[in-house]
Amino acid sequence: MKRSISFKLNDKAVSVNADGEESLLNVIRTYLDKTGTKFGCGMGHCGACTVIIDKEPLRACMISVEDVEGKEILTIEGLASDGSLHPIQKAFVSHDALQCGFCTPGMIMNAYGLLIKNPEPSREYIISGMEENLCRCGSYNRIVDAILTAAEEMKVKI
Amino acid sequence: MKPNKINELYFSDVDVPIRYDRRKFLKKLGGGIIVVFSLGELSLLQGWSQNENEDMVDFNAYLRVKENGRVDCYTGKIEMGQGVITSLAQVLAEELEVPISSVDMIMGDTDLCPYDAGTWGSLTTRFADPVLRAAAAEARQILIDIAAKKLEVSADQLEAGNGSIYVKGNRSLTVTYAELTKGKKIVQSLKSKPKIKKYKNFDIIGKSVISIDAEAKVTGMAKYSGDIKLPGMVYATIVRPPSYGSKKLHVDASGLSEFTDVEIVEEGNLVAVLHSNPEMANRAAQNVKVKWEEPEAKADNETIFQYLNDNIKENKIFEKGGSLDTGRDSSAIIIEENYQDGYKAHAPMETHSATCYFENDKLIMWASSQTPFGTREELAKTFDMPLEKVHIKQIFIGGGFGGKIYNRQAVEAAKIAKLSGKPVQLVWSRKEEFMYDMFRPAALMKAASGVDANGKLKLWKFDIYCAGTRGTKLFYDAPNNRTRMFNENGIHPLGTGAWRAPGNNSTTFARESHIDVTAHKAGIDPLEFRLNNMKDKRMAETLQLAAETFGWKKEKPEGHGYGIALGADAGTLVAMIAEVHVDRKTGEVQPIRVVCAQNMGQVVNPHGARVQTEGGITMGLGYALFEDVMFNGGMVKSKNLNGYQITRFSKTPKIECVFVDDMDADPQGGGEPAIICVGGAIANAVFDASGARVNRIPITPQRILNALNKG
Repeated sequence: MKRSISFKLNDKAVSVNADGEESLLNVIRTYLDKTGTKFGCGMGHCGACTVIIDKEPLRACMISVEDVEGKEILTIEGLASDGSLHPIQKAFVSHDALQCGFCTPGMIMNAYGLLIKNPEPSREYIISGMEENLCRCGSYNRIVDAILTAAEEMKVKI
Repeated sequence: MKPNKINELYFSDVDVPIRYDRRKFLKKLGGGIIVVFSLGELSLLQGWSQNENEDMVDFNAYLRVKENGRVDCYTGKIEMGQGVITSLAQVLAEELEVPISSVDMIMGDTDLCPYDAGTWGSLTTRFADPVLRAAAAEARQILIDIAAKKLEVSADQLEAGNGSIYVKGNRSLTVTYAELTKGKKIVQSLKSKPKIKKYKNFDIIGKSVISIDAEAKVTGMAKYSGDIKLPGMVYATIVRPPSYGSKKLHVDASGLSEFTDVEIVEEGNLVAVLHSNPEMANRAAQNVKVKWEEPEAKADNETIFQYLNDNIKENKIFEKGGSLDTGRDSSAIIIEENYQDGYKAHAPMETHSATCYFENDKLIMWASSQTPFGTREELAKTFDMPLEKVHIKQIFIGGGFGGKIYNRQAVEAAKIAKLSGKPVQLVWSRKEEFMYDMFRPAALMKAASGVDANGKLKLWKFDIYCAGTRGTKLFYDAPNNRTRMFNENGIHPLGTGAWRAPGNNSTTFARESHIDVTAHKAGIDPLEFRLNNMKDKRMAETLQLAAETFGWKKEKPEGHGYGIALGADAGTLVAMIAEVHVDRKTGEVQPIRVVCAQNMGQVVNPHGARVQTEGGITMGLGYALFEDVMFNGGMVKSKNLNGYQITRFSKTPKIECVFVDDMDADPQGGGEPAIICVGGAIANAVFDASGARVNRIPITPQRILNALNKG
């Protein structure tokens, strides 16, 4: 049954009239028109749909929208602030840590979640934390380098 | 061109561009300076003379210096992550003397861009760059001529730079491109060879440029065909059979009664459920019961090689030299081995998608396609429409690798839109992607080699089943040789097609494994053996560069091994050396380091070429170590990315790319070549590390353990 479900998306209060069992991915993309979060596999195997829910990086395709009621969600569209890219986005650009770009939003959001938990990650920590995010174009090494660079820059900022 | 003909091309070496139809585009363009040119103009590539009478009709790309001074480049090529959106802008900016930020690339839009046969075969840089540079140089000359009149100086006193024309030695006398083009419309086709810049004068070519589309991709703003939303659009879920090649017998849609606002459409074998919410369409589709007639299963992932061997009789000789009998007689040892490669999926992160609508008699579509013009043709044929009534629009593509040459989803989406009368979006599920992918075909290679007492190759016999001949022309010096190609249309239980460097991954794995086996049997170091038996000097040079960069002679830690593979693809020569660690107890392979040396002629964007090489190697480790499509007949058992492992972060080694310095040569392919050597380099490194010789990719832990137990 459809009902009103409210949460915060990229710092704005939103409410949707949806079936509680619908996936958060579908709600974000179809109801709220935020298409930066991608569908890759629908089963939580690839990470293309990773978003931040209350500071945790999670697979939006595996989360029912009723489970995010009252929570804070951050998607790729909410990462840049005041027109300037987030350090992780900047580092992905400067390292060219992407090719087709389809896995990129999920990679960046997962990296964001990792850096919240550990602002001074080692290379090994990043590899193990990113392991479940897949990239077919083969940008893994550049992604690790980008995350290390971003961590440095974020540290300086704080 | 017929699909069969094109498919044949994918699996062969394409060394000439493909010619296309002729169309006129220029009426609808606004003002500015327009130079039209043909990407595939052989005469341009070679002698530069062109028939004067062919004015403005035979071209398939053009550039336009607009009245605001910015430059549009229109090409039928598409961007799918391989980076030509950047490298094409780069060569244009170089010759036209504008900053790269002033160039806008308009790609793969069938109404705006002239015809192109598709983005595949690492052809873009090889065939587009020289003519694009020439066209840009032509436009520069036109601008200089107009400036000469305006500034009242002779043209030879002028030079171009940074989007302006200057008087040499007096930079205060200047006029911008915007001022020069204002109110003008000059259309010129490229007829003669304009003066293009020399390597030593390059400011932009040969410099590393970061992808110009990166910012759109890191902000989520880049739109893919599943990101388009149209007013009144419905989402389609197709009800699929359990097996590839099934025929529909009966549909029971009574289960839809519990859903509101769903619609079902049917045509032939197509059954689709539509809803304004994609998840509702999905759920409803699960309630539609279809009875299918499935084809008989003739082979599975284990029996397929025997099946191919027993059922393909027809063959063609591709290359032959000397006499096989002489080869045998003059050899001290003869080694025969068979090599196998199972089906591989493209598995792009974006599944096949299309969004479309009919407007009056026109069909408008955004499709994840490597061949927008081919898709247009297929749609026009399907609906019996004139070509110009179908418009495929420019869109980002989430990875192709050859799999998006085929556009079943586009035809399905359009059929559904036609049947329902509504705008439709179709995004394949991962399971559909695994069933309807046009897989890299399973392949069998039978190799026989002979060496004399001096370690010289005397015999090379190579029979290739289902992998074509691309890249198999011998660069080794084996005086008595024969390469045959065995194939038969319709032999595969699954759809098959072009997969990044079609066929060349399978054959290079087999050849380079067999060369290694031969070297070891002859008791000669595999590097030395290759150099001693090399016909192609450029290949020897490339191998030496790889060996020096890698440090072939350096000590190996316990359990580590080194492996070499060489190959040629799309005009580029590749020498790869891999280091792996093998755990002899578990059979686990950990790639440690890969060095890849390439001679790709002129390297337009060294950074872009490195990114492509790293990507190819990373992707290639997947087919070498993990990827195998599990199936029985038409039933694909690999249904998602948990059942089909691609390379992950932890399995990605350190990668080093080096290029043979050949900047005055023509540029060659960059997107595909590196990947072909990964299977062979890994197989040989695994052998060096553990003594396990695995003749079948993927080289799984189980296959390594089996080889160790046998040996």
